[in-house]
Amino acid sequence: MRHYLILLKHELRMLLISPPTYIASVLFLMLMGFLYWAIIRGMVNAPADLLPSVQFFSVFWIPVFFVVPLLTMRSIAGERSLGTLDTLMTTPTSRVAVVLSKFSGAYIFYMLLWLATLGFPLIASKLYPHAATSGSLLDPASLIGSYTFLALSGLLFIAIGIFASSVTRSQLVAGMLSFTTLFVVIVGGQQLGNIANNSVELVAWLDSTVNYLQIFEHLDDFSRGIIDTRPFFYYTSTAALLLGLSTLVIEAKA
Amino acid sequence: MDSTPSIRVKNLTRQYGAITAIQNVSFTVNPGEIVGFLGPNGAGKSTTMRILSGIMSATSGSAWVGGVCVAQSPHEVKRKIGYMPENNPLPDDMRVVEYLRFRARLKEVPSRKLRASVQEVMEICDLARTARRKIIGTLSKGFRQRVGIADALLGDPEVIIMDEPTIGLDPHQIQGIRTLINNLRGKLTVVLSSHILPEIERSCDRVIIINRGRVVASGTSSELREEFLPGNRFDLEIDGEEADVIAELATHKIEADIVDSQQVDDSTYKLSIKTDSEAAHGPHLIQLLSQAPKFKLHSLAPRVPNLEEIFLAATKRSWEETIETKPKMAKETVSTNQDTTSS
Repeated sequence: MRHYLILLKHELRMLLISPPTYIASVLFLMLMGFLYWAIIRGMVNAPADLLPSVQFFSVFWIPVFFVVPLLTMRSIAGERSLGTLDTLMTTPTSRVAVVLSKFSGAYIFYMLLWLATLGFPLIASKLYPHAATSGSLLDPASLIGSYTFLALSGLLFIAIGIFASSVTRSQLVAGMLSFTTLFVVIVGGQQLGNIANNSVELVAWLDSTVNYLQIFEHLDDFSRGIIDTRPFFYYTSTAALLLGLSTLVIEAKA
Repeated sequence: MDSTPSIRVKNLTRQYGAITAIQNVSFTVNPGEIVGFLGPNGAGKSTTMRILSGIMSATSGSAWVGGVCVAQSPHEVKRKIGYMPENNPLPDDMRVVEYLRFRARLKEVPSRKLRASVQEVMEICDLARTARRKIIGTLSKGFRQRVGIADALLGDPEVIIMDEPTIGLDPHQIQGIRTLINNLRGKLTVVLSSHILPEIERSCDRVIIINRGRVVASGTSSELREEFLPGNRFDLEIDGEEADVIAELATHKIEADIVDSQQVDDSTYKLSIKTDSEAAHGPHLIQLLSQAPKFKLHSLAPRVPNLEEIFLAATKRSWEETIETKPKMAKETVSTNQDTTSS
């Protein structure tokens, strides 16, 4: 535990002093700001059923595809190719602490990026007090639900990235691996869901399994303010499994 | 210090798939000794060191550091060891003092002593004044190496293991590192590897030569000299024919062989001769040869074989042995190794 805190502090410090962090945050906020603006703009022209924040968070996968690989590909693969993973292993630090600190560092940064997007509705409500009084910009239920969803799914996404980074020493391979895995997990689940919806014959148990894996369905629930425990277990248990696997990989491949 | 050896390695074997990196390596290092690991590239030096420091596990065999088994309690062993890996990897974007403090925390240095112990290792490695606040990425190779050694010294380890500490340094820096290692003498057990032979010879009490994954020789350099290059050797410079020297010595019942000869000009030769005879000591030879009628003796000097020659002789012998013993090796791997170590 003590080692974990030392490593986490080190990890956050390294994030703070490295330029890629700032580049990633600026690009992320620019992209998300643009998307938010486009949504608000669209609402001016035509009335929409969904709240702007619900629409905004339904495109969460766009930044996930590039931010998560960028954030995590360096973590373990970079240390391994530099050789600093070796020096880390010669200290009385446990492998679990190493993996967890890498994970937490990336996760904290990821969540900070998302929390920064809270600024968009705040700015919008300052500029358009009318919309703010109607409660459509800062609807607490949908905001809390969406951020809970992001926090939960972030666990899984970052764990995927960390695992991809732990199996290779090349950052490029780690990045590609986490990108494709994220793609399969996010879009693949949706595609399976589409097959199921088109009423192709599916075994009953398979149907529920497919529903279980529907990340977009989860988001729908959460952004309406419904917090379900099933996705909660899906994300946390898969994340724990992946982190456990990364620990084993580091131990075996040191 | 007590009598338990700092490092004891017994029949250590490590395989990478079909390749055997080290095979049945056994040796002991006593407390306070400085031991050099010597071997050609790919001989298994780094593998042995990595197993000792607990980064890698052995396929079979066991290793103890300070009486603690590496495989059973790796964390305990890591507290006793300061390890500097090959190429000395360091994070480029940290400052020296920050990095060392981070490492000290990881090595469980109590926070009360943190500043003091970081300051202490920086002073030992001559970093305190010059490079304290510098960013590691901007340091020269010599300073990077010092940072690596300072890191290995943190946390009061009993044993320091350094994998090629002098690689890529200029002579001044090598000398600096050597004095640094000399200052550690007696306080700590130091194991270092290198293929720079004079380096090892000067700074180490004992040498372990590894070739092709086996220990082919171990001992002080004079012991190794006795073992691999027995007899007396002399360098001569004469004016005359080289065959005459041997003939002249033979008349005085001294058997000698020419190891090396070099023609300087028409009639002058530089010779290296080797003799097993007890009678052949310097003054006696000078007396004999200066009176010889057929040639004129210009100079005579005893020649002490350096580690390089021992190394070449030892590794060559181990090559021949492995080729000869190959058919029966499968059965007698353990015994052949012990033979080579003790012969």
